[in-house]
Amino acid sequence: MLEDKDRIFTNLYGLQDWRLKAAQSRGDWDGTADIIAKGRDWILDEMKKSGLRGRGGAGFPTGLKWSFMPKESDGRPHYLVVNADESEPGTCKDRDIMRHDPQKLIEGCLIASFAMGAHACYIYVRGEFIREREQLQAAVDEAYEAGLIGKNAAGSGWDFDLYVHHGAGAYICGEETALLESLEGKKGMPRLKPPFPANVGLYGAPTTVNNVESIAVAPTILRRGASWFAGLGRPNNTGTKLFCISGHVNRPCNVEEEMGIPLKELLEKHAGGVRGGWDNLLAVIPGGSSVPLIPKAVCDDVLMDFDSLKAVQTGLGTAAVIVMDKSTDVIKAIARLSAFYKHESCGQCTPCREGTGWMWRVMERLVTGEAEVEEIDMLLDVTKRVEGHTICALGDAAAWPVQGLIRHFRGTIEERIAAKRSGSLAAAE
Amino acid sequence: MPKLTVDGIEVEVENGATLLQACEEAGAEIPRFCYHERLSIAGNCRMCLVEVEKSPKPVASCAMPAGDGMVVHTKTEQVKRAREGVMEFLLINHPLDCPICDQGGECDLQDQSMAYGVDGSRFHENKRAVEEKYMGPLVKTVMTRCIHCTRCIRFSQEVAGVPELGAIGRGEDMEITTYLEHALTSELSANVVDLCPVGALTFRPFAYTARPWELKKTESIDVMDAVGSSIRVDARGSEVMRILPRLNEEVNEEWISDKTRFVWDGLKTQRLDTPYIRENGRLRAATWDEAFAAIAARLKDMDGKRIAAIAGDLACAESMKALKDLYASLGSPNIDCRQDGAKLAAGNRGGYIFNSTIAGIEDADAILLVGTNPRIEAPIINARILKRARAGGLRVGVIGPRADLTYDYDYLGAGPQSLKDLGAFADVLKNAERPMIVVGQGALARGDGAAVLAAALSLAKSAGAVSGDWNGFNVLHTAASRVGGLDLGLVPGEGGHDVAGILEGASNGEIDFVHLLGADEIDMSRLGSAFVVYQGTHGDAGAHRADVILPGAAYTEKNATWINTEGRVQLGRRAVFPPGQAREDWTILRALSGVLGKTLPYNDLAGIRAAMEEDAPHFAMTDVVAPADEMPSLSEGNLDAAPFESPVKDFYMTNPVARASAVMAECAAGRAAAARIQAAE
Repeated sequence: MLEDKDRIFTNLYGLQDWRLKAAQSRGDWDGTADIIAKGRDWILDEMKKSGLRGRGGAGFPTGLKWSFMPKESDGRPHYLVVNADESEPGTCKDRDIMRHDPQKLIEGCLIASFAMGAHACYIYVRGEFIREREQLQAAVDEAYEAGLIGKNAAGSGWDFDLYVHHGAGAYICGEETALLESLEGKKGMPRLKPPFPANVGLYGAPTTVNNVESIAVAPTILRRGASWFAGLGRPNNTGTKLFCISGHVNRPCNVEEEMGIPLKELLEKHAGGVRGGWDNLLAVIPGGSSVPLIPKAVCDDVLMDFDSLKAVQTGLGTAAVIVMDKSTDVIKAIARLSAFYKHESCGQCTPCREGTGWMWRVMERLVTGEAEVEEIDMLLDVTKRVEGHTICALGDAAAWPVQGLIRHFRGTIEERIAAKRSGSLAAAE
Repeated sequence: MPKLTVDGIEVEVENGATLLQACEEAGAEIPRFCYHERLSIAGNCRMCLVEVEKSPKPVASCAMPAGDGMVVHTKTEQVKRAREGVMEFLLINHPLDCPICDQGGECDLQDQSMAYGVDGSRFHENKRAVEEKYMGPLVKTVMTRCIHCTRCIRFSQEVAGVPELGAIGRGEDMEITTYLEHALTSELSANVVDLCPVGALTFRPFAYTARPWELKKTESIDVMDAVGSSIRVDARGSEVMRILPRLNEEVNEEWISDKTRFVWDGLKTQRLDTPYIRENGRLRAATWDEAFAAIAARLKDMDGKRIAAIAGDLACAESMKALKDLYASLGSPNIDCRQDGAKLAAGNRGGYIFNSTIAGIEDADAILLVGTNPRIEAPIINARILKRARAGGLRVGVIGPRADLTYDYDYLGAGPQSLKDLGAFADVLKNAERPMIVVGQGALARGDGAAVLAAALSLAKSAGAVSGDWNGFNVLHTAASRVGGLDLGLVPGEGGHDVAGILEGASNGEIDFVHLLGADEIDMSRLGSAFVVYQGTHGDAGAHRADVILPGAAYTEKNATWINTEGRVQLGRRAVFPPGQAREDWTILRALSGVLGKTLPYNDLAGIRAAMEEDAPHFAMTDVVAPADEMPSLSEGNLDAAPFESPVKDFYMTNPVARASAVMAECAAGRAAAARIQAAE
């Protein structure tokens, strides 16, 4: 269990003041200019050594991502874009960072921008986050007034401007290239890659898109040293992580924990355990709606980090742990997710546009059992034809929950179909 | 130059080439719906997925740059399954209405599902239905068939330059539409139908009239403007059923204007299909012999100075040659091919052709448009300028009417005075490596036209637009016949009158006989009491005034030569026979010459073409542009202050064929109504 001294987000719950002064008393903006004075290469090196992997879902090493930016500008400006379009169902960590610890994010923006030669940074805030954006904007204004950002930011000699941009509320705009399109004022549709944003990003200039949490932890890592961060967690899965625990637990919460904490320990220590006890657990979606669920048998001893979860055919994603106890109609739960992805597909490319609707309709029939048993395999095949064939990862995200369901609950689906046949299901509807 | 391996075959492709191009280079066929060579890459249909070694996922080959050392497979099980998957997805919401779909027989989806799809569907849900969208009188929509390839959207933005198509909604509810479902306003709008890989967008006037496999296809040349677009005329029996563009990189790439495409119904209405003679003020049908006899009787012993001939805008070179020879033999110096009175001299071609060629627009880095609105005078040329503008680094200046040309320009002034005072644009032209000046008929068909031409030419010379291998001095014509007429010397001879002089002479009694070869754009009321022979195709202005009507062949009904504004000699071919008694025009003149006792010295097409080649050797070189040897030196004159006006007042109504077309009339009415609404707002 993470000790309090190793906590990065010391005001995650908003128990203290979020304003600049209070944030500074908690250690934010301490020696920022000194960090910047150590130079770009030092920062990149520290970030790489810390082993921080992107907190937005894909888990790409953050330091490595920063180092993809061109070393010298070819005349085009560089941009840092912070993805605060936190829309993944189950995920609510960035929201609390922006509400309660905004200065960590702002300081991180400055340091990260410096490390990639960017003088401007945009924070793209989810459309529905209205109060959060106001609070973040107020924090940005405070930082400007204090000279922490703007010309000669924090006395570092680096000119830096920070803009808070409000999205319009589309899930797909959390995809990095769709986010850039949206930021440019266009329809939020993912771009083709290559070219990658590090070469051709916002307004055609080199751009790095990072998650809020990845950026917000950077100043603390650099202050306390890469070895401190790397010493937490497990190899290749270092540091601390915000977990968003929701669903059938006694105390749903956001909590910062060490990477690699056992799922059972996470739920029992921080969320008051599964409703009705551990044995009442049916399944857990461990990383936000787009990763496959895992049944209780897997939950018993799985560790919460990228590699451990990958080994059980799911993923850490955004670390949004959605807990379902035995009262859950798991087919209906996944059908709801299919409806979500069908609704949020941008419609650009064929497999996702047509496939999400198809999967959802079949899922709806599986819920009521009005299907043939053969359709389970057919559905699985459809998910395979969506997965990996699309422009962005939304196709994968729509396919995985269904795959997870079929992988672990095929029996339940077959029973439902059989029950419908025999007429014993009428009451359940 | 990356080298890569496709299905075991090593290919080397140019830098920047895509995997799809590399695959084609290696002879592997890659199916596609959204990809189109002339449009930006969308990568959304996912039909072109291929397997690339070391890539965990199949790769969209249309969007992936070919990289050195890539190993690509296009025939593996993974690729086959990917294609089948995409085909299945495309078809689950596509109606099975091929039997009543106008795209049937030339449908990409149909063809590719045969080649790459599976024979059944596993989709048991309800299919999506999408409401029709109104897109105007030309483009019919059945949006349920749409597969969202976005070719039409990209075309309207990138080629037509009128971004009026777009997608609303998202996911499976995404729909292609125009803003508030107004009619398309681009002059190139119907090209979206050619681009549409399915039957979502079809030709409204062609709806349910024919199947593509019933049609006889004839490759020909368009005459609706002076561009001379390459077209394919599809006919069934004696009827032209539709007109499609034909690939010609030098001229129209693969686009044609809406007028070129939809004028075909005008070929069937208002046709002159038998000779007529005016008796007691009324026209009566007659035989060819009677008609020729009436002309011969009138011309008997008439002084050549009292005889005149005017060639119209659609006339082919053969008929103009025969017209010129016939009336020269009658001693008439009064002949002209410039109905609009453009002050262009025959002789030195450099002074009246589009010297830099249409493809050459892509090399220009500064363009000055003088007295022209290319968007309505030559939409294809305007699209080339837009293409060049989109490539970046082009400055355009305009002197003349202010109009939405679909690209940005510097407005320099309304009239000829601005030619002398270009302001900052003078430096733009000077500093340009390949400056270009385009002079339109709006600058030339006026009293000071010759002076304007001289001023423009001297500006071109001083700006370095005429130097070495680059000739940036261009005249943009609006009449398909014009360059051919000037090449053949259909201008007044010694002491002869031009069109204005002929009309003047006819109204004051100095001219007694006028032969109109398809000339309808002149003021017929000024022909006075002259005896008028109208030789042409449609019952338009000229036929109404005529004393004798000789029914000719329209451009789809004869093997004939036209020369476009670049000076490119192109051959039109007969797709159908002329209606009734109508005959090919040069044969009518040849027959008339016999009756008049002045038999022309050619008996067949080869003969008259040989005679044309004698006049102008470049007639022997078809489909190429013979560069002008040298530029004329013109003497400058006084410039008027009056502003330039485009000669095309109504894009859809510029010639007798278009005026006989109900489709064109509907377009014109629609545009007029839209203009009224805009004015009211």
